[in-house]
Amino acid sequence: MLTVNNITKRFPGVLALDDVSLCIEAGKVTALIGENGAGKSTLMKILSGVYPEYEGTLVWKGQPVRFTNTKDAQQHGIAIIHQELNLIPHLSVAENIFLGREPLTRLGTVDKKAMFRETTALLQKLKLNVSANARIADLKVGQQQVVEIAKALLTNAELIIMDEPTSAITGSEVDVLFGIIEELIRENKAIVYVSHKLDELFRIADHYVVLRDGKSIESGSMQGVTQDVLIQKMVGRKIELLRKQTEDTPDEVPTLRVENLTLRNPRKPADSLLKSISFQVGKGEIVGIFGLMGAGRTELLECLFGLHHKNLTGTIHINSQEITVKCPADAIRAGMALVPEDRKKDGLVLGMDVRTNISLTLLKELENWGTIPIGRVTKLAKKYIQELSIKTPGDGQKAKNLSGGNQQKIVLAKWLATNPLLLLLDEPTRGIDIHAKSEIYKLIIELAAQGLGIVVVSSELPEILAVSDRVLVMSEGKMTANIKGCDATEDAILKAAIPKSIYEN
Amino acid sequence: MKTETQKLATPARPLEMNVRFDKAQLLRFQSLIALFLLCLALTMLSDKFLTVSNLWNVLRQISVNICISIGMTLVVLTAGIDLSVGSILALSGAITAGLLKNGIELPTQNLFIGFTILGAILVGILCGTFLGALNGISITRFKVPPFVATLAMLTVARGLTMLWTGGFPISSLGDTFLYLGAGWFLGIPVPVWITTVLVLIAIFITKKTRLGTYIYAIGGNESASRLSGINVKRVKIIVYSIAGALAAIGGLLVTARLDSAQPNAGISYELDSIAAVVIGGTSLSGGRGSIIGTVQGAIIIGVLNNGLVLLDVSPFWQQVVKGLVILLAVIIDKANSSDE
Repeated sequence: MLTVNNITKRFPGVLALDDVSLCIEAGKVTALIGENGAGKSTLMKILSGVYPEYEGTLVWKGQPVRFTNTKDAQQHGIAIIHQELNLIPHLSVAENIFLGREPLTRLGTVDKKAMFRETTALLQKLKLNVSANARIADLKVGQQQVVEIAKALLTNAELIIMDEPTSAITGSEVDVLFGIIEELIRENKAIVYVSHKLDELFRIADHYVVLRDGKSIESGSMQGVTQDVLIQKMVGRKIELLRKQTEDTPDEVPTLRVENLTLRNPRKPADSLLKSISFQVGKGEIVGIFGLMGAGRTELLECLFGLHHKNLTGTIHINSQEITVKCPADAIRAGMALVPEDRKKDGLVLGMDVRTNISLTLLKELENWGTIPIGRVTKLAKKYIQELSIKTPGDGQKAKNLSGGNQQKIVLAKWLATNPLLLLLDEPTRGIDIHAKSEIYKLIIELAAQGLGIVVVSSELPEILAVSDRVLVMSEGKMTANIKGCDATEDAILKAAIPKSIYEN
Repeated sequence: MKTETQKLATPARPLEMNVRFDKAQLLRFQSLIALFLLCLALTMLSDKFLTVSNLWNVLRQISVNICISIGMTLVVLTAGIDLSVGSILALSGAITAGLLKNGIELPTQNLFIGFTILGAILVGILCGTFLGALNGISITRFKVPPFVATLAMLTVARGLTMLWTGGFPISSLGDTFLYLGAGWFLGIPVPVWITTVLVLIAIFITKKTRLGTYIYAIGGNESASRLSGINVKRVKIIVYSIAGALAAIGGLLVTARLDSAQPNAGISYELDSIAAVVIGGTSLSGGRGSIIGTVQGAIIIGVLNNGLVLLDVSPFWQQVVKGLVILLAVIIDKANSSDE
């Protein structure tokens, strides 16, 4: 039905897809699997018309096509259901389904009756027992997902791409979803199913395609493969170990000790986002924390940094002193530093110059008689521009004009300036080129050698393995493994990271 | 090879630099240039414009707007807005006038408290600061959007002004107080002195102090600022308090110039103030702008008002022209910032 021939997609400094070829058949569910960063989302975006520019060809029902935008792809019959649902909460189901293509009456007004009629028919077909006039906000997430599918069906989609469709729904809702998928397959539609949850794929998928490092590694029938084989295909590559593991030094006081950290979900009080997490980080130790999307990695760092104080229980010790962290300022005072996941949103003031960004955490110390001496700020900035080899025309350059790697170094600089004891890094190399990546790894290792405790949270396994002395694995808010760096293998880490709860419900 | 390429590059580079330099300079002085052209036009159109007495008159008139607009600039830099300044101006002016004239009588305790000028002024300013702080608290603690919080304060403070004055002006406040609004010092009107000092302090705060850097940082990226350990709530409360205090000082200037506290003083002053801030190039989404820009914006509005009066333009047309000028200023500013 759809053939992808030798597609290559380049971004500045990154080869996102490298000569990818695959084939999607009508009436089958094709599972697209791969680690984070393997190129799945880039491929989906090309199939759905988000990226019109690439090398290679798409052949759709025997015709070569090139979608110029998402509407174009929709008109050809390809629909995508994103992980983040695209519904408007305060509009009704019918209004959402018909958004942007409302039927009109002869008078030019919106034909609500026709909308209601067609929506009701669609919902019946999908066995969703809600009124077409119900507000989206009143529906459960699983029901909202079905509404998204209804939206896709309304466009007469023949190929439906589902991105992590079960990431937000529970066991029985998953069963309903799978029922719908089977129904769609009987109607000879094609489904591309993207998920980390391998056990789901064994229930629903007919074929699999494994992407790794932007290449299509292998494809075949789900029958006759096992989870272990698939995991091996997803990761199977030798990692260059940057770091020789240090010997255990158990008698030393740990820089960070966390006990029974539990984070209540403010929206669902019965549910916890973090479940009784305990771990420690020694002086000069690099601890890697791995987990798939939604495992609670970022939340854990945010908790340490005082962002969820109200819903948090458990204790945090720094150098065996118990501390209470109610806000980031408390965390900084205790000697912590956080390099956040999204540097543009949380790390930098993009419109400000490099020197102010670097000095932002330290203005109080730089202050002299109530003023900020520009000389001191410049000196501090120049020191870090040189030490971290930040490439910028000058310390007065606005942060937004620098490349991703150099922006990340500015974020690091502003935290190193506070002389922290513990450095928390959330996805420290996301979206930066390979050269800057290796520079940052080297820096992390140097800092640990100087005695800093370091936590590296990452969804990229090679990154975790490259720098960690010890690897902690999280899954669904729980700590599922604690592996010494020298014993850590990709298989072991991934096994601990893949959620099991889908059958527990 | 290296020296060769360098030689080739040298003649081209200064030229390119020069062009860019000129454009940047032009942009920086766009409002000054606009002001100059405006003055030039008015001088040619009216022989009354370029006279010493008229110019002092203009400056005296705009000193109140500048005073309010300093606070407004700080608020807008944090990506907020303050609609309550006009009402706070009226209330503070009325309180100072009332205390000065009547003092406080507490008949039950058989007590009378009289106020010196300084005392009355201090209470007036404190009252403005307090209401500003309340704005800040409802915005930070209770997460009310700035537009709504200060809109509520606009109504509350106006109502309090009516309660305090009973709806009547409080007049005849004495020569010493009058001097603050209408007097001259070293050949320059006193309100112009006061405003100049406030402008200098505000420039110092925004350019040289921690608070100033924090204000720009919060407006530029609130989330990154919070994660950097900045107490965002405290900074915002301080900024709204300053805005309240400056509105109160504006109230003193208005009251002193008229020798009377009008219950209807300051109505729609917030709009002139926002206009000055916007014409001065401060971005309503925060993080970008300057005090000196706002001063220029206020002067442009003041000169425009004055010119339109001198040219005998009907008050209705004056409003139309003013509105178009604001629109034009923002369109030019947007075009420039998207160039970056």
